[in-house]
Amino acid sequence: MSQWFASLQADFEQTFIAAERWKALLKGLGVTLEVTLLSLLIGVMLGVLVAVVRASHDQMEAQKKKNAVMSALNSVCKLYLTVIRGTPVMVQLLIMYFVILADSTNTVMTAVLTFGINSGAYVAEIVRSGIMSIDGGQMEAGRSLGLNYVQTMWHIIIPQAVKNILPALGNEFIALLKETSIVNVIGMKDITKWAINVQGRTYQAFMPFIGIALVYLVMVIILSKLVNLLERRLRNSER
Amino acid sequence: MSDKVLISVSALEKVFSGKTTVRALDGVSAEIHQGEVVVVIGPSGSGKSTFLRCLNLLEMPTGGSVIFDGTDITDPKVDINLHRQKMGMVFQHFNLFPHMTILENMTLAPMKLLHKSKQEAEAQAMTLLERVGLADRANAYPSQLSGGQKQRVAIVRSLCMEPEVMLFDEPTSALDPEMVGEVLDVMKGLARDGMTMVVVTHEMGFAREVGDRVLFMADGRLLEEGTPEEIFSRPRHPRLQDFLAKVL
Repeated sequence: MSQWFASLQADFEQTFIAAERWKALLKGLGVTLEVTLLSLLIGVMLGVLVAVVRASHDQMEAQKKKNAVMSALNSVCKLYLTVIRGTPVMVQLLIMYFVILADSTNTVMTAVLTFGINSGAYVAEIVRSGIMSIDGGQMEAGRSLGLNYVQTMWHIIIPQAVKNILPALGNEFIALLKETSIVNVIGMKDITKWAINVQGRTYQAFMPFIGIALVYLVMVIILSKLVNLLERRLRNSER
Repeated sequence: MSDKVLISVSALEKVFSGKTTVRALDGVSAEIHQGEVVVVIGPSGSGKSTFLRCLNLLEMPTGGSVIFDGTDITDPKVDINLHRQKMGMVFQHFNLFPHMTILENMTLAPMKLLHKSKQEAEAQAMTLLERVGLADRANAYPSQLSGGQKQRVAIVRSLCMEPEVMLFDEPTSALDPEMVGEVLDVMKGLARDGMTMVVVTHEMGFAREVGDRVLFMADGRLLEEGTPEEIFSRPRHPRLQDFLAKVL
């Protein structure tokens, strides 16, 4: 038992302490967080935009109002959702890196664009379900005061929708964080790449991979706690 | 009441086309004068709510025109948002914004649309809340209010935009009976202050007591109009006689 413990300690030192590998791990953590947070930002903005286009198009259709611009926009959004949700994010990343942005050396931008655009598709459908969950009387009340469609969406519908979809959005953020573990295929040094490198140097698999698994786990736990906190704060505003 | 015509509706038509075509409004013409309280009555499905909702284009009429303050607002080139600011609307189900406090509900539109400062908008909101006896609930959320309180807030929320006319869509139909009185009292106060009002309601007592003119609708048509006295004491149209026999 004590022998096993001693070898574990040796593994630990070799994996994290030797050659100051913990510094590289921290750097990798920075990469993971940077890609996740920037992608999140793009994903949410894109998702809300697409959701509003889709929801307002559906509303206009229900009222038998034909609008060529909205129909065209809606078709573009639908195509976007189909393509992005229909292909693996790994393949999208490779296409972005080797085809679309082949001339760029900025891998952070490549990764952030890929994950942002990918996440946006999922966020869009989540936000759309939230918008549709709000009673039609809310839109009518806003419009009857003289607010225009966008003002009513922004001040009245979206805040209520976000509250309803927060658990689903939290799920999407967690998925995004974990999905970034594939960025090493375009040569980015995130924490997964760090573990692969350490294994290559030390021939130890257990410590580096279990180590980063724990790092991901802790990040996800913190993220879900934050989402929970936000959820409770928003709920509090209604009694 | 003045002779100025505030809203003039002519040959208003609303056809809902779906699996079955419904003619909700079938050529309704009416005038609403400044300072007048017009009460619209009729059996359910008669098109009275649709008529009201066509006045501020929450429902887009399929034919006819609505002239408000001299402008035909059914013209697609007209900015309807500007005109809606001057037409307050109160709904059957209140439609307060549940994620905002009472004060925030009331100050949102004046701050965004009339560009009032927060202090200015809040001062005005508090004055109005005091008038309906709810000043102490300014920082509560809608879910903490009773139905009658919610509807009173909904009324003063519309008043914050200083509208020229108030539209009421069955404002007491979703209320518990003991709360109907407090809402009607607020509406009576408004009428006394000279507000132009169009009220769709089943409260015949209110129609008789407060209405300057009563419109009776059935099957999407305006079948009879007159003073409350004429409508309730000397109804002419058989449909109206039948309707009054059932509700009175």
